[in-house]
Amino acid sequence: MRPFEYVSPTTETEAVNALNGHDGQTMVLAGGTDLISLLQRDAVQTKRVVDIKKIESLKSIQQVDDGVLIGATVTLDEALESPLLAGHDSIAQVIDGHRAIQIQSSGTLVGDLCQMPQCWYFRNGYGILGRKDGESLVELGDNRYHAVFGNAGPAKFVCASRFAPSMVAWGAKVRVIGPGPDDEQFVPLEYFFVTPRLESQGVNVLKPGQLVTHVWLPTAADVKSGAYEVLESKGLDRPQAAAAVCLQTEGDFVRDACIVMGHVAPTPWIAHEAARALVGQRLDEDMAGHIGDVAVSKATPLSMNEYKVAMARAAVKRSLLRAVGKLDDVLV
Amino acid sequence: MAERKVSWGPRDSHTLIGKEITRLDGLDKASGFAKYTADMNQEGTLYARLLTCKHGKAKITRINVEPAKKVAGVHTVYLFKNEGDDCNWDGDIVAAVAAETADIAEDGVRAIEVTFEEHPHFVDEQDLAGAREAKVTKEGIVDRTVGDPDKAITEADVVHEGYYGIHTISHMCLEPHGAHCTWNNGDEGPKLTARHSTQAVSTTGPQFASKFGLDAADVRVICNFIGGGFGSKFAADEWGWAAAQMSKDTGRPVRLMLDRPTELKTPGTRPSGFANVTLAAKKSGRITAWKSHHWGTSGPQGGTIDGNQMPYVFEFENKKVEATGIMTNCGPNRAWRAPNHPQLCAITDTAMTDLAAKLGMDPVDLYKANFDQLDRFAAEKGDVYRAELDRAAELMGWKEKFHAPGKGGKGPVKRGVGVALHRWGGRAGASTCTVKVHQDGAAEIFLGSQDLGTGTRTIIAAVLAETFGLDIHQVKVHIGSSDYPKANPSGGSITVGGVSGPTRRAAQNALWSLFDKVAAKYNVEADSLKAGGGQFWSGDKAVCSWKDACRLVGPMPLEVQGNGPEDDGLTDQLVGGVQMADVSVDTETGIVRINRMVAVQDTGLVINELTAKSQVYGGLIMGIAYALTEERIMDNKTGRYINADMENYRLPRIGDIGELVVEMYQPDSEYNRGVVGLGEPPVISTGAAIANAVANATGVRVPVLPMTPKRVLDALKGGRA
Repeated sequence: MRPFEYVSPTTETEAVNALNGHDGQTMVLAGGTDLISLLQRDAVQTKRVVDIKKIESLKSIQQVDDGVLIGATVTLDEALESPLLAGHDSIAQVIDGHRAIQIQSSGTLVGDLCQMPQCWYFRNGYGILGRKDGESLVELGDNRYHAVFGNAGPAKFVCASRFAPSMVAWGAKVRVIGPGPDDEQFVPLEYFFVTPRLESQGVNVLKPGQLVTHVWLPTAADVKSGAYEVLESKGLDRPQAAAAVCLQTEGDFVRDACIVMGHVAPTPWIAHEAARALVGQRLDEDMAGHIGDVAVSKATPLSMNEYKVAMARAAVKRSLLRAVGKLDDVLV
Repeated sequence: MAERKVSWGPRDSHTLIGKEITRLDGLDKASGFAKYTADMNQEGTLYARLLTCKHGKAKITRINVEPAKKVAGVHTVYLFKNEGDDCNWDGDIVAAVAAETADIAEDGVRAIEVTFEEHPHFVDEQDLAGAREAKVTKEGIVDRTVGDPDKAITEADVVHEGYYGIHTISHMCLEPHGAHCTWNNGDEGPKLTARHSTQAVSTTGPQFASKFGLDAADVRVICNFIGGGFGSKFAADEWGWAAAQMSKDTGRPVRLMLDRPTELKTPGTRPSGFANVTLAAKKSGRITAWKSHHWGTSGPQGGTIDGNQMPYVFEFENKKVEATGIMTNCGPNRAWRAPNHPQLCAITDTAMTDLAAKLGMDPVDLYKANFDQLDRFAAEKGDVYRAELDRAAELMGWKEKFHAPGKGGKGPVKRGVGVALHRWGGRAGASTCTVKVHQDGAAEIFLGSQDLGTGTRTIIAAVLAETFGLDIHQVKVHIGSSDYPKANPSGGSITVGGVSGPTRRAAQNALWSLFDKVAAKYNVEADSLKAGGGQFWSGDKAVCSWKDACRLVGPMPLEVQGNGPEDDGLTDQLVGGVQMADVSVDTETGIVRINRMVAVQDTGLVINELTAKSQVYGGLIMGIAYALTEERIMDNKTGRYINADMENYRLPRIGDIGELVVEMYQPDSEYNRGVVGLGEPPVISTGAAIANAVANATGVRVPVLPMTPKRVLDALKGGRA
């Protein structure tokens, strides 16, 4: 690992100051479950690591007027145990799906939202776009794990976040501070992720000197939610496709829906058309399958990943059924 | 006096042999006290890091290591390659830097100025047409015809044609390859001490010696514990030499362990095989012809799997076998647990199950219909296979679970079962041991063997203690040093036979010597004596304690050598073995889950039931890995081994293993054979059994292992995986 400075601020202001040093060539350390290995394999370089774990204001989950505010150092297990998130089923399902004590006890929800892509070209040093000599290695090489949506431009990685689909479906926002000492904004999570056209654009809207301090979720109220991740392993793994939904229902009928796919595009992929097709319908297994078909109908797989379209369809179908408690009946 | 004959004695006479004995070093390993090569931190040790090629094929046009030498804390740089040399695969090692810390060594590696000129590469081992176009094939490396297969195919009732394959995998040793070398002036002990992660303590010393112009007597190799080898750790290896040279250059101990990507890319892989197969049979199930053409790669040298043993286990009266090797810019191959056999099985036994489906037969019955056509290795195994198939079927509930292919259920998750069988040699290796019995009652044994984690240490102790009638903790086992009497390298499943035979022989001879002394002292017949429970017995009368007897030895210890192998019935060779799989296939996601695996394995006389079963469990788990998740993925674009890390080189987790049911097949006929090796056989038929279960569940053959979700979904959609 290359040498770097390590600082551990105790306030948000100190953190922003620290992140602004070295012309912003700095990185945030929360759980450290991914940053450390990225530094070890030299896939990213930084002059300074800013460890935010000592900042008191980032450590808790709080009830706010219209929702729940989750601090940037809240771990997956802490979130799972919080009564304030008891109604957000899809979030709990994704935490539970991690099946890895190490990640659940040190990884953070906000850290997950900020994760760099798992793309093997990126991890082997070819950058987030995976390009060399003016060519897309992803397009011409092994793209079995890459995007099947939103992949027309140079970015073909998939967003690594596992909580993004469910949180986008919930209508989450992230609180971003910096680079100025008083800068603070709430960004809808949907708009937090970007599909870069240039290597320097990164995978989200954060600029040097900025930091996500919290993620806000609306109160669960009577919204039904469900998530389904296609996980090859029953241990630590990452999904090859995923989906999460939030539904308003009346009896068996759907009044309103948001359907978001994950690990299929450089950003969480909202299936607007599928959600519209679901509204007013009775949600049973056939309908869930049909909505899955609609959700993936515009997919544009690369040379080696058509199979992911089938997986994404299954994820949509199953997240819908899970939201209304019918998944177990189907998977027998 | 009656003739004294070495033997294992009656089966029911043992207190240790055949029982479940906990590994003597288990606690040390589980608690971190066991020191592996990778743990060696002798005072003054320098740490090495590697510069490797990151292209499929390239020439080094310039290399300058001077900047690396200038990094503070870097002590020396070793060049594996020089300017003008070719690198033939991603991961080919170029240089090593030794420094005060590993991080400084990394800084040193980054400081090396190196320029590569990239050349075209070929890495797609499955693509025969592409390989031919790129002119990287070796055609006809096997081309053998027996009888008249074409005529037999014409005359057959049923003909099956299929495509099958199995990808290259890496050994993925948890402890990477490497050595900790200490060079000194030889005043005290040898000039070079190599603490080497090796499967061959007794044979790697000379490889170090000849490299450095030393006498073999000036090199000591030590390996007390090894974190996995699987066939890939028999040589001193160039990185071992590099560690020794850097120690010589600096006067400091040097530890050089391969980093994880290099560990996956360079010190060996298991070759791939892809095959077009034609099988012909009569309605009765009797197979009348086999035809196959297979291809694959073993890396730059361009071999594939051994065609001389195709088809596997069976020798049909008419056959034609062809093989084409592909020279690729992939890392080279090395023996991987049961070399060739898992691949041969994954091609043969899958094709046989598909033939059974076409015949409308249960594949178990198809096997039974052809046991008069076993090959020369398995020729005597027909009855054992039959018994093992029946027992495995009971343990699996085969009759209830087996169904016509594709009738695996109505929902998206389909269930099915599959079967495969295997054979292996497992003769005893050549070893010598020294047993010492001291006058205070201490008993110890010395062998230049190694414990791969399989329980060799425990087995030696069990045989010695059993023979002396002692508790297993009353004997001391010394292995892991080339100073001790020679022992076979641990490859080919020859170690348990290799060490237990000499141990038993030496121990029985030592015991007889004690019997003679006791007989004279206590005035009993030597022939009437037996050792047990720390006592010497004449009939049911206690004569003296073990310690009393040892006092008669005098100040010089009683020292006896044991040799092997010998033709005295202690050891034998050739095993069979049957495995069955019960799987669920999620046809919407392509994910295969193992519900249950059954393994019924013969292996002659079992010394330690616990570690014997452990071997089979481990074999099943490794088999599940290469059946479902584990593969080297070569990227055609960059020519690189793109998944050479522990995230993307996918190994199963505990939850992926399912229920493993292991039974050692050991009627008296097996006990009476003596000891046969077991290390390799249990990993052979796992892949084929699982592949057959997936085909049974879905009605679709997923032709290529590992059966990843991608390959399952592609196959279900009608594509070739």
